[in-house]
Amino acid sequence: MTTISGVPGDSSDTFDIQSLKAKRSRSRNLFNIIMTGLSGLSILIALVPLVLVLFYVFINGVNRLDLDLFTQLPPPPGSAGGGIANAIVGTLIVVAIAAAISVPIGVLCAIWLSEFGGGDTSIDEYVRFGVNILAGVPSIIAGVFIYGIMVRPGRPGYSALAGGVALAVLMLPTIVRTADEALKIVPQEIRWAALAVGASNYQTILKVVLPAAIPSILTGVTLAIARAAGETAPLIFTALFSPFRFNGVTNPIATLSVLVYNFATLPFQPQQELAWAASLVLVLMVLLTSIIARVVTRQKTY
Amino acid sequence: MVDTMPMTGTATDVVLRAKDCDMYYGSLKAVRDVSIDIPKNKITAFIGPSGCGKSTVLRCFNRLNDLIESFRLKGQMTYHGQDLYASDVDPVEVRRRIGILFQKPNPFPKSIYDNIAYGPRISGFKGDMDELVETSLRRAVLWDEVKDKLPESGFSLSGGQQQRLCIARTIAVQPEVLLMDEPCSALDPISTLKIEELMKELVQNYTIIIVTHNMEQATRVADYTGFYNAQVVEGAGGKVGYLAEFGETQKIFNDPTLEETKDYVTGRFG
Repeated sequence: MTTISGVPGDSSDTFDIQSLKAKRSRSRNLFNIIMTGLSGLSILIALVPLVLVLFYVFINGVNRLDLDLFTQLPPPPGSAGGGIANAIVGTLIVVAIAAAISVPIGVLCAIWLSEFGGGDTSIDEYVRFGVNILAGVPSIIAGVFIYGIMVRPGRPGYSALAGGVALAVLMLPTIVRTADEALKIVPQEIRWAALAVGASNYQTILKVVLPAAIPSILTGVTLAIARAAGETAPLIFTALFSPFRFNGVTNPIATLSVLVYNFATLPFQPQQELAWAASLVLVLMVLLTSIIARVVTRQKTY
Repeated sequence: MVDTMPMTGTATDVVLRAKDCDMYYGSLKAVRDVSIDIPKNKITAFIGPSGCGKSTVLRCFNRLNDLIESFRLKGQMTYHGQDLYASDVDPVEVRRRIGILFQKPNPFPKSIYDNIAYGPRISGFKGDMDELVETSLRRAVLWDEVKDKLPESGFSLSGGQQQRLCIARTIAVQPEVLLMDEPCSALDPISTLKIEELMKELVQNYTIIIVTHNMEQATRVADYTGFYNAQVVEGAGGKVGYLAEFGETQKIFNDPTLEETKDYVTGRFG
């Protein structure tokens, strides 16, 4: 072996060259191993509920997962067969109503917050604070609120519309917050550039800033939808339930979450099986929405 | 109008004129007593140490500082004799005539084509858009590099190409003046050289003001140079910038009147 450096071969006499090999017994190394093990264990524990829930729902729901489930109405209590077609359609309709209300209002509110708010008044800070409080309101309170203003007065009463508005109240803060964040990420220079080629404020926002922020806004919207689709409490006393197919937004409507709540507590085997199947469908719908949200965010502009 | 300050000495048209301008951010005076005439179809460079207000003055010329809530201007700024800050002046119109280029290339998150077409489209351009896009890209000496990938994102270009794309975007709305705020400071030397050559081309049709920290750049491209300096304000704890000296680039760099200018251009401070 040749020595490349100018150091003579017997340099160990003059320099105490220590081994660079890792020593497991060192206390700092031991600490590392223990902490890594602990955090790995925590990950497992955190994932256990998710896996168990999915597993349990799947095992119990999968044997009723057939074509009838998606096309038939629920049978009368005690009878077998039937499906949950009305509840699937109902959930889609109620969530669509909620999105139609909360998305435009939420996004416009976020545009105001990030583009026009601020300045000397700092009204935007109060609005953000308010939105955060709204986000923390328990969902049943949103239900009671809509019950008070839309159901109790008798018009429209228990209805898809009331359910949709209740869910919109829950979706609104999520949409405002995520859209606000998404717009703030768009660099200031882009706004200047648009203004510098002679764009007005709204031309800048609608044609340059908003398109750049759309992927992130869509994520927020899908997450809000996924959350709202699973809500039960606010729907129980707004959308109520219906054993029939959808017949207008001013009438009570069946939804998956309320169907699960109603049927799971009945003492009849067929209904309990339907509740399990409905849970599986609901979980899959929410999962699908979340996955779509993930895929959409991947195409980030900034 | 009284011509109080024939600083340039030559018989060129004045496009932009600042007269006794003070600029404030909130209660803080950032720049004081700026009076300057910007001659037509010439390149004027603004040089000076950081925080001396070069960019602030530059952005005043197309009212970009309006976007900063606390900003205030005292004094008069005119464009061909029209008061830029008169109450009936539309800042959007001002910015169409007086384009600006920023330090960091900032293409829109759109295709190369749409980056150019955006400005003309929103200002109601009726002619042949393809032709306008091509002309603008040709003028920015970018056409040959991008003609085969116009539908691709503006972000797919290199930094120097992006900056030329921004120049093309700015000249597509056919402004008269181009303001450049350190347009080359984020670019490599070769891209910088390309932009400088481009400026010399463009100056035949446009009036250019460039803020630069690179003194060689000023001597290479500028016909006129304004040297800004900053002085500490007694008690306030801040600095206020002012236009120390303005004249032909030749004179500023070789035979400046003021000692501070001489110190700066010879690299003794700054």
